[in-house]
Amino acid sequence: MLSLNEVWFVLVAVLFIGFFFLEGFDFGVGMSTQLLAKSDTERRVLINSIGPFWDANEVWLLTAGGAMFAAFPNWYATLFSGFYIPLVFLLLALIGRGVAFEFRGKVGNARWKKVWDGAIFTGSVLPPFLLGVVFACLIQGLPINEAMEMHAGFFDIVNAYTVVGGLTMTLLCLLHGLMFTTLRTTSDLQERARSMARKLLLPVAGLFAAFGVMTYFMTNVFERRGGLIAVLLGLALLAFLLGGYFMSLKRDGWAFGMTGAVIALTVTSVFAGLFPRVMISSISQAFDLTIYNAASGPYSLKVMTIVAVTLLPFVLGYQIWSYFVFHKRVHEKEHLEY
Amino acid sequence: MDPVMLARIQFASTTIFHFIFVPISIGLAFLIAVMETMYVFKGQDVYKRMAKFWGKLLLINFAVGVVTGILQEFQFGMNWSDYSRFVGDVFGAPLAIEALLAFFLESTFIGLWIFGWDRLSKKVHLLSIWLVSFGTLMSAFWILAANSFMQRPVGFEINNGRAEMNDFFALITNGQLLVEFPHTIFGALATGAFLVAGVSAYKLMKKQDLDFFKRSFNLAIVVGLITSILVAVFGHQQAQYLVQTQPMKMAAAEGLWETSEDPAPWTVFASIDPDKQENSAEFKVPYLLSFLSYSKFSGEVIGMKELQYQYEQEYGPGDYIPPVRTTFWSFRIMVAAGTAMILLGLYGAWLMLRKKVEQAGKWFLSMMLIGISLPIIANSSGWIMTEIGRQPWTVFGLITTENSISPNVSAGSILFSLIVFTAIYAVLAAVMAYLFVKVIKKGPYAEEADHRHASDPFNKEGYNAVS
Repeated sequence: MLSLNEVWFVLVAVLFIGFFFLEGFDFGVGMSTQLLAKSDTERRVLINSIGPFWDANEVWLLTAGGAMFAAFPNWYATLFSGFYIPLVFLLLALIGRGVAFEFRGKVGNARWKKVWDGAIFTGSVLPPFLLGVVFACLIQGLPINEAMEMHAGFFDIVNAYTVVGGLTMTLLCLLHGLMFTTLRTTSDLQERARSMARKLLLPVAGLFAAFGVMTYFMTNVFERRGGLIAVLLGLALLAFLLGGYFMSLKRDGWAFGMTGAVIALTVTSVFAGLFPRVMISSISQAFDLTIYNAASGPYSLKVMTIVAVTLLPFVLGYQIWSYFVFHKRVHEKEHLEY
Repeated sequence: MDPVMLARIQFASTTIFHFIFVPISIGLAFLIAVMETMYVFKGQDVYKRMAKFWGKLLLINFAVGVVTGILQEFQFGMNWSDYSRFVGDVFGAPLAIEALLAFFLESTFIGLWIFGWDRLSKKVHLLSIWLVSFGTLMSAFWILAANSFMQRPVGFEINNGRAEMNDFFALITNGQLLVEFPHTIFGALATGAFLVAGVSAYKLMKKQDLDFFKRSFNLAIVVGLITSILVAVFGHQQAQYLVQTQPMKMAAAEGLWETSEDPAPWTVFASIDPDKQENSAEFKVPYLLSFLSYSKFSGEVIGMKELQYQYEQEYGPGDYIPPVRTTFWSFRIMVAAGTAMILLGLYGAWLMLRKKVEQAGKWFLSMMLIGISLPIIANSSGWIMTEIGRQPWTVFGLITTENSISPNVSAGSILFSLIVFTAIYAVLAAVMAYLFVKVIKKGPYAEEADHRHASDPFNKEGYNAVS
């Protein structure tokens, strides 16, 4: 039986995995509005393909943050104050992107649209990159002192390893988003999404391998939990190969499932490498934040467990239902503004 | 610059800005749900049109509310990490529940509502907007549960050097929450109602789409009047509650340095000197403060000097008097704005009952247009009074603002984020105002004309205009 501290570690991990799986594809679609779309109408089709979903997908991040605050206040406090500047940029990107979806179509002026299209693109590239950097930092270790305070310099956060982590996450999201596009669009746009996805396979594989190798040499997660991580990364590799295979068969649904699995398995392996730590101190092992010294008390965890177990089935239920409601592809000829 | 001051300015600017949009969303979502209910059950197309037109304003507003809300959740950890460590065990729970219960509901069903007009049955579509409305109310409940803990901490014990929850039920039945939640919610509903009523008044003044805007006005003025009165009723309840639980805040809001006589008079205005701790040029109404504090015409109210002495005995040396002038005047601005809302609501409802809304004088319709700002002013000044009046504490009696900030974040970092976020808020506010005016000027029937225009495939320009 898992202890409540372990349950909440798993829950936070699940919320982040869900976030990267779901918002991952809408980040990718956001990038595609510049990289794939050739006309304003195509851009609109792409935006509408994630229109009903992106907001709820983003709530997974908010809920992950809320769950950290409630279950591991010290983790929340150390992480959010420690990554102050990257989070400022993350917030700016998410703010710009969120309002841009709503604002861009409200004025029929080309320059107006260009500004908000810029916000959508930037707001879709920057967050997966920054979050990739942050997660790479988490397993690399950070200067955290005995008071659980993190005083990181620029190169503690931005270095070769974390940048490769950020790029890997960004390209994985783009790939995942392209596969989502093949499911929600038709004809030419769909075909181009497939071919761009195929062209991306090799660069993504390269980055992914580089990140895996660097993780092996530059972090201690393999020493800690090498077997499990090897299995997870092996499965991710398998999912990646299967994804490429399904793409060649134009089995888009399966291919989308596989790109999602790669993201989910990668994020899982990060959490597996951390456990039972939640933040690694590069100063001393004694200063690590763990699921014990960062956690709330047993009463609070028990209350939150009851609440989460009661509510989560409903949340999952209506979210899945909303995907079912909007399962039809978005056509260029339908009424696209609202 | 002082990091505490910068972090406070950051919090104030974010919260005030965020809370311009939140009440509008809560109020509009409710009104739109009522409109769509009338459409579904009465079958008249004009109500669908109403839901769609006001829905456009809701969506623009909702987007800004959502994105500034992310910042709202992150900033506790970013700027106030010592606060988060100290109270996270108690304070984190309502925030997490808010995300799980309210944010998912709002975001999923607003998506279904926007894109579901042709894909959902009428009743399921109606249910979607009611669930959005319910989500906004739940969101308010949980965030106010968290805020109420800061005003009057309950359901916890001090353990391991921090506040740990020991009674969740006490947290959500906090007496503070029971007065603060209805006061805030009715204020939010009034904000949406005055927006709809004010815009409708403007359109009636311009003699545009009279039937549409008369119906909108009538619905909004009824909701606006009822909720404005209820805001005042629960405001009075809350004031009485504050006299018991946070007497310093109420004494500051009254500019009351010395304990009052019995019965206590109410100071309408005064020139306050916080250094000398005295007022000049006071104008007082006898008996009124006793009534405001105890709902009866007798009873003395304890002044700040005596409370300062009591708090020094209880919490050790320190300055426990909040910024008096800000607390005093924000309270008065809130009360004045609320009173004006009730008066406007009464006159508007009287016109409606006599079926004379179209003949309403231009002066009244202009006042209603200006009246859009009244609840927004009242909301902000009410929160300024609540939060400034609690100083020097973040959680009353437990942890001070000074001890709440992130020790590892430099003043420069806070200043940087303060500048960029304030700049973004300014841009967002300008864009929003522009889009609101644009949507309102276009009116509810413009879209239909667009449609006809656009469906002509040979008219390329028109076709592109909608896509």
